[in-house]
Amino acid sequence: MLTDLHKQLLNDFQRDFPLSARPYQDIADRLGVTEADVLGTLTELNDQHFISRIGAIIPPNHIGVSTLATMAVPELQLQTVADKISAYPEINHNYEREHRFNLWFVAIATDDPHLQAVIAAIEQDTGYRVLQLPLLDDFFIDLGFKLDLQHA
Amino acid sequence: MLETRDRELLAQVQLGLPICPRPYAEIGADIAMPEAEVIERLAALKQKGLIKRLGVIVKHQPLGYRANAMIVWNLPDELIKPIGRQISEFAFVNLCYQRPKHDEWPYNLYCMIHGKDKATVLKQLEALNEACGLSAYDREILFSRRCFKQRGAIYQVGAVSNRDCRG
Repeated sequence: MLTDLHKQLLNDFQRDFPLSARPYQDIADRLGVTEADVLGTLTELNDQHFISRIGAIIPPNHIGVSTLATMAVPELQLQTVADKISAYPEINHNYEREHRFNLWFVAIATDDPHLQAVIAAIEQDTGYRVLQLPLLDDFFIDLGFKLDLQHA
Repeated sequence: MLETRDRELLAQVQLGLPICPRPYAEIGADIAMPEAEVIERLAALKQKGLIKRLGVIVKHQPLGYRANAMIVWNLPDELIKPIGRQISEFAFVNLCYQRPKHDEWPYNLYCMIHGKDKATVLKQLEALNEACGLSAYDREILFSRRCFKQRGAIYQVGAVSNRDCRG
């Protein structure tokens, strides 16, 4: 069961996190609670895996290079192939999706030769062709995501 | 592209701001950067759009958002930008990107929707189709099934171990 403080911390601080020496104190002041309440509640949300982190969303391709990639893998081999791909430190997302192209992953690297070497290694390692779908344009302005927590 | 100190700082921020009274002092300590400089550089990076947002990054799935769909369309080139912008305006849309077409995969506009369940996502998609006039174009809906790996973008390869997959 989430308290009002849990819900406020989940929804109201996804952007414009205070850039001050004591950001959690600033949040506490805004919510009329203590800094210890804020630290304690965020720690709970973190321990319960409701938040991934307090961090920054960085637009793609400003630091290093990345690409979305997909493969069509027979169902029976999917777990094995997925595990091989996840083992690469350059892979940061790896999902199954409902489609003939059923394995979707994002590879990131410091530069393009490194990225291409990783993709080539994955093709070699798994025996399946990788379709590269790098970002060409980003239309999304990220303002966070308003969660409906009425029944949470 | 970023200067070295900004890059080092962002690598620290990507690991997550610690939940303690002086988080900026703490991440600065790891890269020998004073707290005031950490704050100043983060403010400048936000200003320049090199940080899209700074704050709590939630995990949708444990909070009741169990369906995730990637929707792809095959649009005429001249419509990609205006429709991409229009799609991005919808509160339930999480990402909206243009990507190149391939022979086997003739789609060029991608968006992501997190919803409480599949039916909700399909209803939201219907609203998008109607508002943006998308019904005439080929599209595919790919719901996610298993998550094999997920973590924030880490550009210093090998800097952290893999995070878990619950979000």
